[in-house]
Amino acid sequence: MLALNRKLARELWHLKSQLLSIALVVATGIMTVVTMRGSYEALVITQDRYYQQTRFADIWAPLRRAPETLLAQIVSLPGVAAADVRINFMATLDLEDLDAPATGRFMSLPETGRPLLNDIVVQRGRYIEPGETAAVLINEKFARARGLNPGDSIRAIINGRARELDIVGTAISPEHVYTMPPGSLMPDDTRFGILWMGQRALGAAFDMDGAFNEAFVRIEPGINPAQVIAGLNELLYPYGGFGAYPRRDQPSHSILQGELDQNRVMGTAIPAVFLGVAVFLLHLVLGRLISTQRGEIAVLKAFGYHNSEIAMHFLLFAIVAVLMGILVGVIGGVYLGQAYIGIYQTYFDLPGLDYRLQPGLLVLASAVSLLGACTGASSAVLKAVRLPPAEAMRPEPPANFRAGWLERTGINRLLPSSTRMILRNMERKPWQSLMSALGVAMSVAILVIGLFMFDSIRFLMDLQFRAIQREDVAISFYEHQADRVQHELWRLPGVTRVEPYRSIPVRLRHGHHHRDSVIQGLSADGELRRVIGASGIAQPIPAEGLLLSRLLAERLDVATGDTVTVEILEGRRQQREAMIAGVIDDYMGVSATMELTALQRLSGEGPFISGAYLSVSADDTSALYRDLKQMPAVSGVASPDEMLASFESEMAQGIFVSVGFLVGFAAVIAVGVIYNGARIALSERGRELASLRVMGFHRREVAILLLGEQALITLMAIPMGWLIGYGMAWLVVEGMQTDMFRIPYVINPWTWLFTALITVAAATASALAVRRRLDRFDLISVLKTRE
Amino acid sequence: MQTSTTSPRSVLHAEQLCKTYVMGEVTVHALRNVDLSLSQGELLVLLGASGSGKSTLLNILGGLDVATSGRLIYGETDLSNADDRTLTNYRRQHIGFVFQFYNLVSSLTAMENVALVTDIARQPMSPREALTLVGLQDRLDHFPSQLSGGEQQRVAIARAIAKRPDVLLCDEPTGALDASTGRMVLAVLERVNRETGTTTAIITHNAAIGALGDTVVHMSSGEITQRTQNPQRARVEQIEW
Repeated sequence: MLALNRKLARELWHLKSQLLSIALVVATGIMTVVTMRGSYEALVITQDRYYQQTRFADIWAPLRRAPETLLAQIVSLPGVAAADVRINFMATLDLEDLDAPATGRFMSLPETGRPLLNDIVVQRGRYIEPGETAAVLINEKFARARGLNPGDSIRAIINGRARELDIVGTAISPEHVYTMPPGSLMPDDTRFGILWMGQRALGAAFDMDGAFNEAFVRIEPGINPAQVIAGLNELLYPYGGFGAYPRRDQPSHSILQGELDQNRVMGTAIPAVFLGVAVFLLHLVLGRLISTQRGEIAVLKAFGYHNSEIAMHFLLFAIVAVLMGILVGVIGGVYLGQAYIGIYQTYFDLPGLDYRLQPGLLVLASAVSLLGACTGASSAVLKAVRLPPAEAMRPEPPANFRAGWLERTGINRLLPSSTRMILRNMERKPWQSLMSALGVAMSVAILVIGLFMFDSIRFLMDLQFRAIQREDVAISFYEHQADRVQHELWRLPGVTRVEPYRSIPVRLRHGHHHRDSVIQGLSADGELRRVIGASGIAQPIPAEGLLLSRLLAERLDVATGDTVTVEILEGRRQQREAMIAGVIDDYMGVSATMELTALQRLSGEGPFISGAYLSVSADDTSALYRDLKQMPAVSGVASPDEMLASFESEMAQGIFVSVGFLVGFAAVIAVGVIYNGARIALSERGRELASLRVMGFHRREVAILLLGEQALITLMAIPMGWLIGYGMAWLVVEGMQTDMFRIPYVINPWTWLFTALITVAAATASALAVRRRLDRFDLISVLKTRE
Repeated sequence: MQTSTTSPRSVLHAEQLCKTYVMGEVTVHALRNVDLSLSQGELLVLLGASGSGKSTLLNILGGLDVATSGRLIYGETDLSNADDRTLTNYRRQHIGFVFQFYNLVSSLTAMENVALVTDIARQPMSPREALTLVGLQDRLDHFPSQLSGGEQQRVAIARAIAKRPDVLLCDEPTGALDASTGRMVLAVLERVNRETGTTTAIITHNAAIGALGDTVVHMSSGEITQRTQNPQRARVEQIEW
């Protein structure tokens, strides 16, 4: 076998660039598995451990106010394993170096012992001590973003009074692995913080002594959460329960889970594409190698080599390529996985999140790659094994061409002979041409699907922050305020327009469907906040009746003209009927909108407002912020412009890195397919091309004949890839639709062009590499030898 | 009959051609100081054993290879130091090649294989005319895989002569054929030479074929060892295979 191994080594060397390009395809596949599945597993393990350690709750139940004694009844509800209660309020923070007021979510902690559920993990400093009235722990991200340390103090406007609080420590919590200000779409750690205070201190500050406004429970294993939620809702109803929700709707958890789901899907789908391409390429390259070695195979057989030895000899080509790919892929994947986890560490507060290569994953990925490669090689290898020696000794008969559709349709007469040669070659191997085109199409599709994400997010942001939210500042109040408070707002510095709004938490019922939502009351002649659907056209707000998001309407199974029951979840908790005046095809949330005065009538509580949208002249913003911080009624101040700016700067970085990777991935596939395709064509048709050169064809003319086929395949592949990418993007849109939002199905014209350009560039580079080979062709030796 | 008394015009003229290959530490002298002239309309047969240098000479004459030293003159043009582009144009416009292994384009029909050359030639005959000349007027639309060896070689000859080359170079044109098919191919070459006046050089190791030529040149170890003028060319059917 020694000589056969030497043959293997020499031929591996001879085929090095082809095998390398295949190894690269395998490597990219392995790399994505190791990176994405590896991080997925690391995230899942860390998440699980963290949730266990901190006793993360299963159900949350916000309410208006209930006495602490109610806890005993919550615990005794059927299916409840453990329960805990706390005080949870929003308040304005007055940070010296920040013009705009920041917002804090204040949550109570037991002063003795730790929370039974949803415990925090202290990062720096210490936990609250009994009797401390001004001690506060702040979330680590906020502390870092604001440069706050234990020992510093922070000013908050709590319940209308300014309070100086002492930071005793920083912490993280499983409820805030991903921290978003309410109503926002992304984190904003400089303007939003979580603050934990002792139960008594916070109770005193918010007039909640001996009371709570949020309960959470852990359910017994095997119990359906819906059952417990129903029980909780019934129990808490008299106390102003806003409707309990399960863990999957907990904001931080649902974002983390969404990210994990996406990782799991991508970590399987992308490697599958790469493996598929590698299998196809191995099939192609080995098939060609074996047909050029008919004679050698015959001689080996004549000498008495067994079929299995010959089969193994050729399989080793595939195995070597895959092993090279695995090696590169694992090294690259571990490196990339660490970088990937690094990105997660900046977005998610998960303690102990580290990339660890799972040996099981590695074995599985390698085994699948090897198996796939051997499958790809098997038909070619079988051909070699089945060849009877006597037949194998004879040269392969000339490629079989017969009149095909080109001749039957008469199109051939219209074409120059070069085009005819190219088309007939493809016609003779339609399957191979189609698979090549499909391979290249995958590179286009990978780009489309990746870039589509950015296009749609950008579109969404534009729609949200430039068309829908046109206010300069949105302010919200702790409690709803009398309508006349808007006169005070008019007097604030720089205010040129005030549009009050009312928002009321409700439960909407229709038949046996029900959904919790918030009805937003906007004035019909408002200009700062509008109702805009996917079409981008503003929808007038009708004088009566509800405008519902399409998602919400679908979930309630209602259409325009139907009537829903509106259960108001605050105040006197009235139950009313409302007509559906329209269904809006929008993206964000499951919103319900009404005309302001109509909503005020519906609530039965008179002309109250929950906040207002303001237009402010730019010069006066600082003065406005200063004054707003002094207004006790204000609980939150938000500026869409600032949100958009911070989002865009973060996004720009992300895009740069992601597009870089996508382009790399796409190029690996395109180069793999085109380069190997052209190399094989060169070896199959070398004599033909050499004789054309002898007849006086210039290098360029011959190159066109060789590379024209690859060019045509690339051109065919681009629309195919667009179509596949379009379909895959649609699947993503459908798959990622949640209660919170759906992704707009938007692909920019530039994206189409860019995907085509990248693929054409990769194909051209591969073609040029093969052309250099063609230029160095030794005409005489090619013609002298019989294949 | 042609005579040597009026010294016909020389088409291709080689002077002191040498070709050496360096293979590792060994220098191979493939050609040593070869002088050769091809006259207008002449049929030259180049005889020699394998390795005698006859293919090297033909390749240099046809612009497929360049000599290490010596001169090659086509008409008035010195091709001794020509670059690739010049040599390509020389082949494109003036030279026709026929090979032992036909080298047809498998994806093109007989007619289209010939058209490949007529498309880029200056004053070609029509592909149909060229194929008629080699007796294949009934197989115009056949692909190479649908033709016998002799037929494929005749397509190759038609392809070589269709551009009306000044010189037709044939490297073992009958080497892959049986006797009767080989005779048919030689007959075609002889007829083309006679009817179109194309200067033709045929390389072969089959000494019997020498009788067909006006001139017979013997080569051995890279040198011309013998030149003979045939007072009268033999007919193909007279040749003992």
